[in-house]
Amino acid sequence: MSDSAEVLTPRSSGSQPARDGAHRAPSRADRPGRARADWRQRLEIVLLAGPAIIVFLTFVIFPVFMAAYYGFFKWKGFGVPTNFVGLQNYFTIFTDQNFLDALKHNAFIVVLSLVMQGPAAIAFALLLNQNIRGRSVIRVLIFIPYVISEVIVGTGWGLMLQYQGAVNTLLTNIGLGAFKVDWIADPNIAIWTLMVIISWKYIGFAVILMLAGIQGIPDELYEAAAIDGASYWQIQRWITLPLIGPTIRVWAFLSIIGSMQLFDLVYIIWGQYVASTAGTSTMATYMVREGRLAGNYGYGNAVGVAIFVISLVIALTYQRFVLRRDTEGALTGDSGKKHK
Amino acid sequence: MSQVALTARTASKRGKRHANASGATWGSPTTYLVATVLIALCIAPVLYIVIGGFRTNSQITVDPSGWPKPWVITNYVQVLTSPVFWQQFGNSTISAVSTTVVTVGLALMVSFVIARYKFRGRNVMYSLFAAGLMFPLTVAITPLYLLIKNLGLTNNLVGIILPQIAFALPATVIILVPFLAAIPKELEEAASIDGASRIGFFFRMVLPLSLPGVITTGILAFIGAWNGYLLPLFILNDSAHYTLPLGVQAFSSEHSVDTAAVLAFTSLSMIPALLFFSIFERRIVGGLSGAVKG
Repeated sequence: MSDSAEVLTPRSSGSQPARDGAHRAPSRADRPGRARADWRQRLEIVLLAGPAIIVFLTFVIFPVFMAAYYGFFKWKGFGVPTNFVGLQNYFTIFTDQNFLDALKHNAFIVVLSLVMQGPAAIAFALLLNQNIRGRSVIRVLIFIPYVISEVIVGTGWGLMLQYQGAVNTLLTNIGLGAFKVDWIADPNIAIWTLMVIISWKYIGFAVILMLAGIQGIPDELYEAAAIDGASYWQIQRWITLPLIGPTIRVWAFLSIIGSMQLFDLVYIIWGQYVASTAGTSTMATYMVREGRLAGNYGYGNAVGVAIFVISLVIALTYQRFVLRRDTEGALTGDSGKKHK
Repeated sequence: MSQVALTARTASKRGKRHANASGATWGSPTTYLVATVLIALCIAPVLYIVIGGFRTNSQITVDPSGWPKPWVITNYVQVLTSPVFWQQFGNSTISAVSTTVVTVGLALMVSFVIARYKFRGRNVMYSLFAAGLMFPLTVAITPLYLLIKNLGLTNNLVGIILPQIAFALPATVIILVPFLAAIPKELEEAASIDGASRIGFFFRMVLPLSLPGVITTGILAFIGAWNGYLLPLFILNDSAHYTLPLGVQAFSSEHSVDTAAVLAFTSLSMIPALLFFSIFERRIVGGLSGAVKG
């Protein structure tokens, strides 16, 4: 607390006369004034930060802890859980082939999302960053898939990709009838269909982030490079790419977390039951099906905790890995060469 | 530090303005070719939905990939005159607008404290919200549903608005803090010398100066709430309280044979989010560029 009072001193010396005048308080020694300012600051902090923190703790943190608690029970969601089963729910989860399949699908989605969206998003961002005519129109149009809801995307694509739907009819009409497949139900194809839809839907977000990153690069660097006679591609390779590194890492992090939590699109297009036979089920659809829909709330909570822990481990590993790479780069090439 | 960040930003902004003043140029044909292909890929499925709404079911059955012939507006009229659509539209509007306003309001207040007050626990406060990014709705949905049920808020828009605010707060705070931290200390001192309290400074200086961040986070919160599916799916069981995403899903399973009407319903439900985003698109990119720099 003492440091806060110190910080306040230069301010309060300036504002003190005005405040005292307004309150007509008898100006006494410095101490009560400082204490009052300190108290006032505390009040302001509580009033300003309190509501957000209360809402956040109540509806985000508290439920997560409750999930950890409920996860130890066999419980149908009525009254207070009493049937304590210890870690049995977790044993069930990690021995259930359906969950392991879902986990595998999630892993596949994580990796392919990064591989499919990352390079394309950087390329699109470079394209959109050029100061050309019609740029703002192009931007708005490219972000449309990101802005519309998963339900709309799912409904629209679901209709188009039916066996008798628009995509297959179009293929037949242009003479590619041989490529007609069951995009949604064929287990060999469904996950790729999902990947295309995911990339289509979320690449706009990646592009927004990359664009923001590119626009954060000071113009002076580009001007200097242009004076030195660097070509457009040289500039992108040696200035833009390295400098949007942090943005790329932030995006990759968000993308990984998002892929681990994927629910809406799969649930809407593949429904609750088809998803596992078509090979597109995710941990989240498994959780909803086995928890909420089956009425096993204890088990559903345990699955939620499992998803959280798996995501957390992956996220922390990623951060460590990326952080270590960053430091290696910063400490010149020496340490990197030694490892080789 | 914050000073430097602000100077850098204004400098780059000045640079941009200069470039704009010199006028946008025509890009190379290759650029436009790539852009056209890209746009076609992005909007074709959306156009399929919108244009499909102008066809009849028999047209769609005969050739699902065809063009309307003739164009019919009956599907759209049918949706626009149905009270169900407008009720769900109203629910979505209430949910999205209140989520946006409260989220941005609360986040501004707490970000102001984190960015401009020095006290013990400031870093803890920031870390709390940063860690919140790690707690996605999916993980918490089951206990959240139980909590809302115990509060008696199922089948009540408040029951989805409160969690939406809570889950939108972390990202909003993380984006807003750099904006508020970048406001020069000198401005605050000047305001304080002029007799403004820190709260007065908040309303008169901070709000206008952080407007780009406010708009960015506001749009993201609005779109998130407008499009939200999982939370309403758990909390709202009564179709009178459905928001549009649930409505679209219910409509498409009830009218599974009436594809044209489903397409019309779907395309009408995406208009507000699209409109909002198109108006503010430029500001979103600008608002994020301050936040992702670090």
